[in-house]
Amino acid sequence: MTMTTAAAAAGQIGRARYGSISRGRRRALFWSYFFLILFVIFFLTPPVYMFITSLKSSAEISAATNPWWVYHPTLSNYIDLLTQNQFLIFFRNSAIVSICVVSITMVVSIFAAFALARMRFWGSATLATGVFLTYLIPESLLFIPLFKTFAYIHDKTGIELINHWWVLIILYPTLTVPFATWLMIGYFSSIPKELDEAALIDGAGYIQMLTRIFIPVAIPGIIAAMIFSFTVSWANFLYPLAFTTSADQLVLPVGIVTTLIRGDVYAWGQIMTGALLGAAPPLIIYAFLMDYYISGLTAGATKG
Amino acid sequence: MADVVARDIRIPARSGQLSLHKFARRKSTIAFLMALPLIAIIACLVIYPAFYSIHLASLNKSMTKFVGFGNFEFLFRRNTFWMVVEQSLLFAITAVIFKAVVGFIVAHFVHNLPSQGQRKWRGMLLIPWVIPPAMSTLAWLWLFDPSYSAFNWVFTHLGIPQVAWLGNPYWARFCVILVNIWVGSPFFMIMYLAALKSVPEQLHEAAAIDGANWFQKIWYINLPMMRNIIQITALFSLIVTFANFDIVKILTNGGPVDQTHVFATWAFTLAIWGNDIPLGASVSLFMAPILAIAAFFILRNVRRRGNEA
Repeated sequence: MTMTTAAAAAGQIGRARYGSISRGRRRALFWSYFFLILFVIFFLTPPVYMFITSLKSSAEISAATNPWWVYHPTLSNYIDLLTQNQFLIFFRNSAIVSICVVSITMVVSIFAAFALARMRFWGSATLATGVFLTYLIPESLLFIPLFKTFAYIHDKTGIELINHWWVLIILYPTLTVPFATWLMIGYFSSIPKELDEAALIDGAGYIQMLTRIFIPVAIPGIIAAMIFSFTVSWANFLYPLAFTTSADQLVLPVGIVTTLIRGDVYAWGQIMTGALLGAAPPLIIYAFLMDYYISGLTAGATKG
Repeated sequence: MADVVARDIRIPARSGQLSLHKFARRKSTIAFLMALPLIAIIACLVIYPAFYSIHLASLNKSMTKFVGFGNFEFLFRRNTFWMVVEQSLLFAITAVIFKAVVGFIVAHFVHNLPSQGQRKWRGMLLIPWVIPPAMSTLAWLWLFDPSYSAFNWVFTHLGIPQVAWLGNPYWARFCVILVNIWVGSPFFMIMYLAALKSVPEQLHEAAAIDGANWFQKIWYINLPMMRNIIQITALFSLIVTFANFDIVKILTNGGPVDQTHVFATWAFTLAIWGNDIPLGASVSLFMAPILAIAAFFILRNVRRRGNEA
């Protein structure tokens, strides 16, 4: 009897306390949702506005009606751009450059990270730190000397490196390789030593160890590094702006900015459509591989 | 079985080969060869240009004569240069502080949600970071358009006077920083959210029993526990923001009257458009000290974390 009343009392107290906490939580939850909605509005306004404008005809844009609403939605901007030869060339250049850069980056960084994480050699620890430091050197410091070097190479050997889209395949690895290596070192060091010892005992060589154990185990890291390299090489703006000028050598971001803005005439419907199409590949990858994307983002600074 | 036999046959052959071959089979040599492409890329495309830009900065405009610190002396006498220094510092510091604050707040709100719903919100909030900055800056440029600004349309309907977003130097500076905050704060949010997840729940429970309110929980528990990530993220972002190019280039191109130029855009204008490569290199070198300081602290932080683990 006493037991049950005590239990009931305890239950009541527990419920009462629980009730107050849950009320507090509900209020906190309400405010969290409230402010999160405000932030989402702030964060999503530009892309949504891009989309709204991309559905408008130029007549509707210049009519100065409500800019936040489409009265006569039309796909003419999309049709215009996607049937324009120039735009498709930008797209092709961007795609080839990004795919090549991702492949080069992954080959270089996987081998290097394996060597630095598992097989020590003279100066390997310094090199690992050096890789991290080079990741911190920004492109805006490097483009001037690189531009001059390429001009010098042209003078000496006659190989024209400036104003060719493929030169970006040489340039972008400076941005992607250090970080991808750093990321892969982190993933490879987290693989237990017992695994490679077992492989060594079974008679595996280093290459076998890498292909049979490290690469399969570190697949999430590899995907994260690939996503990173792709996003960086797709989005880069400074290098193509400095190194390419002819309309058929441009990649997507620079192509949209320089060819669609002609003097003071802004074809805003087409610009927004182009920007949206240019943003689409990273967004699609992000939509499907969000968890890898985020793990790559956080691992860069937290794994050390 | 066949494997074992094959290996038995190979062994004598191997030991009989040249010492050079043996050297090539050594573990450290293989490792070095595997890291060689990385070393080549870093040496040719990062280290060499970085030092070459120091050399370039000491030449005259036609790059025929060594002028020592002549370019720097010339820069120090120009008003535009000091304006760029001021704007770069203002831009980077303000943007990083606001990005950190916004990221911190948003991370806490997302962390408050029930865990099933967090994914969805996190996914939406990271979108500004995923869109290539050049593309999203175009959308901002259109939002700030002098005659069709969608913000001004809203302002007119609310009875607020219109704003000349990119035409007025002060507003232009504000816009450039705002867009940078918009692009960068999702990154802070993700980092801080990851840090928040690693704060043990027991600490909050203990604090709740001691009667701590929400502010005390954040100030005395979350902030100290997240200190490392907060520092590293801010330093990373300081480097990236300080070297920022895309946003200023597209949004204002340095204007009005060079008021919004940062080091990267001004160096680009001088070197590529003005065809004065040494002067551009000198300007871009001014980014180096701040980068070095930030890199030093990041490295110390990363090392310390490595030792703890």
